[in-house]
Amino acid sequence: MSEVFTKIMARNIFYGGSLFFFLLFLGLTFDTVQSSHKRDHRENITEKVALGKKVWEDNNCIGCHTLLGEGAYFAPELGNVYKRFGNSTAAIMAFIKTRPKEGIPGRRSMPQFNLSDEELEAVAEFLKWTSEIDTNNWPPNIKG
Amino acid sequence: MPYKSQAVAKYYFVAAIALFVGQILFGLVMGLQYVMGDFLFPEIPFNVARMVHTNLLIVWLLFGFMGASYYLVPEEAETELYSPMLALGLFWIFLIAGALTILGYLLVPYATLAEITMNDLLPTMGREFLEQPTITKIGIVIVALGFLFNIGMTVLKGKKTVVSLVLLMGLTGLAVFFLFSFYNPTNLVLDKYFWWWVVHLWVEGVWELILGAILAFVLIKVTGVDREIIEKWLYIIIAMTLITGIIGTGHHYYWIGTPDYWSWWGSIFSALEPIPFFLMVVYAFTMVYKRRREHPNKAATLWALGTAVMAFLGAGVWGFLHTLAPVNYYTHGTQLTAAHGHMAFYGAYVMIVLTMISYAMPIIRGRAAANSERSQLWEMWSFWLMTVSMVFITLFLTAAGVLQTWLQRYTDAPLDFMTTQSKIEIFYWLREGAGAVFLIGLIVYIASFFVGSKDEERTVS
Repeated sequence: MSEVFTKIMARNIFYGGSLFFFLLFLGLTFDTVQSSHKRDHRENITEKVALGKKVWEDNNCIGCHTLLGEGAYFAPELGNVYKRFGNSTAAIMAFIKTRPKEGIPGRRSMPQFNLSDEELEAVAEFLKWTSEIDTNNWPPNIKG
Repeated sequence: MPYKSQAVAKYYFVAAIALFVGQILFGLVMGLQYVMGDFLFPEIPFNVARMVHTNLLIVWLLFGFMGASYYLVPEEAETELYSPMLALGLFWIFLIAGALTILGYLLVPYATLAEITMNDLLPTMGREFLEQPTITKIGIVIVALGFLFNIGMTVLKGKKTVVSLVLLMGLTGLAVFFLFSFYNPTNLVLDKYFWWWVVHLWVEGVWELILGAILAFVLIKVTGVDREIIEKWLYIIIAMTLITGIIGTGHHYYWIGTPDYWSWWGSIFSALEPIPFFLMVVYAFTMVYKRRREHPNKAATLWALGTAVMAFLGAGVWGFLHTLAPVNYYTHGTQLTAAHGHMAFYGAYVMIVLTMISYAMPIIRGRAAANSERSQLWEMWSFWLMTVSMVFITLFLTAAGVLQTWLQRYTDAPLDFMTTQSKIEIFYWLREGAGAVFLIGLIVYIASFFVGSKDEERTVS
């Protein structure tokens, strides 16, 4: 690069550009936080849904599954599992409850987490609430 | 070695390499679980193996960054490290805390770990890459603060170069954005939104400053090109990184319940994210081409050039492949993401740490500038074995991802997740094979520290 473009100019682009775009990012973040209640239906976050999120986290579900496409890619997407299981929290609870302790020979299997009935219900309610988030129509189909 | 205190870096580099081995072993376990679903079940379920694999990666890269800083900053500042004792103390704290955390993952169920570490007091666990118990996270913050203090004081009392300032900015950013790991709202949408402030603003933001600074340091040393020229390039590259990468965070905000304007912001800015990586390739090759000296450490130069190329391919090209919203709609959360993640982390961050180790370790171990011919030969073999096998891991995962996208997302009669997985199994086997070659490469790499260590040092003829 010639002397027309100096190190000082490069430095100024770095500081100016980074600052400008970080402030823009903060602005967009402010708007997102303000407006996403229309999409996440936070009024439906009951105590049970909150407990469900805690159960979800305490058992590291994200270590195998994706949730809204984020997580591990070893097991099915769960953002829409409530709908895939026929809009049924009971079906979700039954599935989690009946996982065999020793797994399934030769196949991937979800561990048996020994959740209490309250925890089972909570995690199912959490997944139901999650399935109602407006995700711009993702995933493309019910298979997740 | 110009300054005695630089030697503390050796501890960090040795620990980094040891944890790297653990990371790869658990990677192979997971790879096998992809095709033999019951492998090690229920003793080490997939989620545990994955936590160990990804957390070890993060921890060993942090060891690498810290080691690199302890070596680089005194030399740039032309003064001894502010406190070598503090550096050594923090090393043991970080190593023991890290080892205990990994043991916790392996020895007790995750829910029990959450309970005994009192996660309920400040729940931060159970989120991807941030699985560490809250108490470990607090430990990380303390170590980071002590480290920044040590490095910062060294810069303050010595010469302030652009390289060490950029490094310091990157490291400060790393510490600051990590604080968002303590924010875990009940609202999943906001949780995910700010989770990316750690994950994206780290790897597609401030970590690139660290990468840029280390690469600049090594290039100055091995090419002898005027510092002014290299610093100008460094500023341009990191300017492009942050100008594109900050708003580029938006490419994670398409489908998680955030407003749809992010499709535009995210697509446009993240599509520009390859630019700084492309510049890095041009810059690294130009500097080596215009070199003013022949440095005897050929291996270090190879790693430096390799970093630029592989970071461009992994982070730049493979990131671009699925970053536009209309494409990402179909590919989001498939094996394509895994393909990109593997090559980007290897190309950008694994390789820059290995570049620094390659440059610094011979000097720390008492050589004037470089290892023996034989040792370098082994190291360069390991470079090619690891790099080529990572290319293949990426290609096989890409094939798996494209097929998965097609079968599960795109056709008129989409298959369910597990059926799709069974249909793409062949690529998981091939990936596991490439992973085994990677392990061989890593063994050769470690051997290169011992082979020919009594031979005469390589010199420029």
